[in-house]
Amino acid sequence: MLALLFVLCFGTAAWLDPRYTALRAQRPTDVLSVLMGDSRKMFANHFFVKADAYFHSGFYPTIFDNHESFQTPHMAGDAGAMKDENEGEETAFMGEPRDFIERFTRHFMPAMHTHLDEGGAEGAAAGADLGEAPGGQVREILPWLQLSAELDPNRIETYMVTSYWLRKRMGRVNEAEQFLREGLRSNPGDSALLFELGRLYQEDRKNDDRARNLWELGIQRIQEEKKPLSDPDKFMLGNLSLSLSRLEESHGNLSDALRWLEVFKPVSPHPSQVQRQIDELRDRLGEPVSSVTSKEQAAP
Amino acid sequence: MNNVFAVTGIVIKEMYRRKDFYVLLILTVLITGVMGSVTFFNDEKISRYLKEICLLLIWISSLVIAITTVARQMPSEKENRTIFPLLAKPITRGQVLFGKFLGCWLACGIALLCFYVFFGAITVSREHQFHFLSYFQAATLHWFMLAILIGMALLGSLIFAAPSSNATICFVAATAILLVGRHLNQVALTLRGGQQTFVYGVYYAIPHLEIFDVRDLIIHNWPGIAWPYYATAALYALIYGGLFVTAACLIFRRKALN
Repeated sequence: MLALLFVLCFGTAAWLDPRYTALRAQRPTDVLSVLMGDSRKMFANHFFVKADAYFHSGFYPTIFDNHESFQTPHMAGDAGAMKDENEGEETAFMGEPRDFIERFTRHFMPAMHTHLDEGGAEGAAAGADLGEAPGGQVREILPWLQLSAELDPNRIETYMVTSYWLRKRMGRVNEAEQFLREGLRSNPGDSALLFELGRLYQEDRKNDDRARNLWELGIQRIQEEKKPLSDPDKFMLGNLSLSLSRLEESHGNLSDALRWLEVFKPVSPHPSQVQRQIDELRDRLGEPVSSVTSKEQAAP
Repeated sequence: MNNVFAVTGIVIKEMYRRKDFYVLLILTVLITGVMGSVTFFNDEKISRYLKEICLLLIWISSLVIAITTVARQMPSEKENRTIFPLLAKPITRGQVLFGKFLGCWLACGIALLCFYVFFGAITVSREHQFHFLSYFQAATLHWFMLAILIGMALLGSLIFAAPSSNATICFVAATAILLVGRHLNQVALTLRGGQQTFVYGVYYAIPHLEIFDVRDLIIHNWPGIAWPYYATAALYALIYGGLFVTAACLIFRRKALN
């Protein structure tokens, strides 16, 4: 009986030990995480939105204002990190003043829609995009983005937005890569981060082979998911496959470009246009064109 | 007026003998210094987050200095029984109150000057530019806002039993007005009937302290405020401050001191 009890205890301990070790490894160890718990995510979101408020030089809706034109942070929409769902006029979220106090108050707060990459409050040339020129005051959004990433390391958009502005508008490719790699350490194999890192290698480092490897790994990660694809997964699968197709086409690998376009077609918002491109590629390869597109083209 | 200035001088002397102001100034300098030592993505030119933190600390410090200084003026005079020899001199109760108000307001102005000089130094060291007019407008609007708050706290010190309860109520009221005062009309529009009338009534009655909070303009380097609007805001603050001091005088005139 005693031997049986001993075996039972040993077996239970052996079963519990790896689980307990794994649980301890998952538990956050830094002071901030221990103190704040899951409220970190709420604060991370607040700082992400604050970065967008800085992007607009403080001209930003409060919880009392109309949010239709600010559903997706503009800095994230411009970076291509999030699907743009904004509607309506972004300059008119405050509406007409409701009374004389509100009319008077508006002289004491930012009351013009500007973006930092267009000159911000000092340039105040709304709509005058500085293009690929150094992004002026865009650097001012970075502290809030870094804080947001530290509070919620699993928020992918933060890494993508930060990387975009760092490398495209500030020319800080090394910092962008380092930040993306920090993101990958916290979110191993995340397809969106792999996509952004691939873009960095292709556009900034001119290293197409490495970009190809990263994008293929991203697609592989999405396809390994057993559950049905979510909308963000489909959005990212589309980005990855389209980028790979363009890359292969630029290298003259038309059959590979065709293969990736076929992956892209089911997740594309405009499948008929993708089919037309597929047909063009098939035409160049000397393959027969699909009958579906022939019928579509024949239709009035 | 000499009587008023005599009381004013005493309040200012009391202010610089106390440690509150020095502690808050040192804390502001330390916290801003620590935050300024952080670099993000190896970029030394990022400055607006630092301006925001510094201004937030200045606003908190100014509210603490103004409310705590005013809230204890009259109760401490009564508690120490110094009010009796003071009123035995050829000075009216109204002059005593106005002197207290003016002393606290000027003392807060001196404190604000120190804070904003530090803020200007931080900004110049980071941005290498100085928007003097914008900073002047921000600092003086801040000071005018404190006139309303000091009047409110002075009135409270004659109504509420203890300085602590007066200070707490003033803090809560000031914070609430600064956070939601601007949006009460929007809230009122979502309500119906009597509730809407009540909330709109509150919206029109409260002193709109948030008008004077122009931190966003100076953090993001917006152009200065047009002078006519600036002057109107200053007048608005003085009228509200005057109303509170007048109400305090009316109460103090009939108040038993023992």
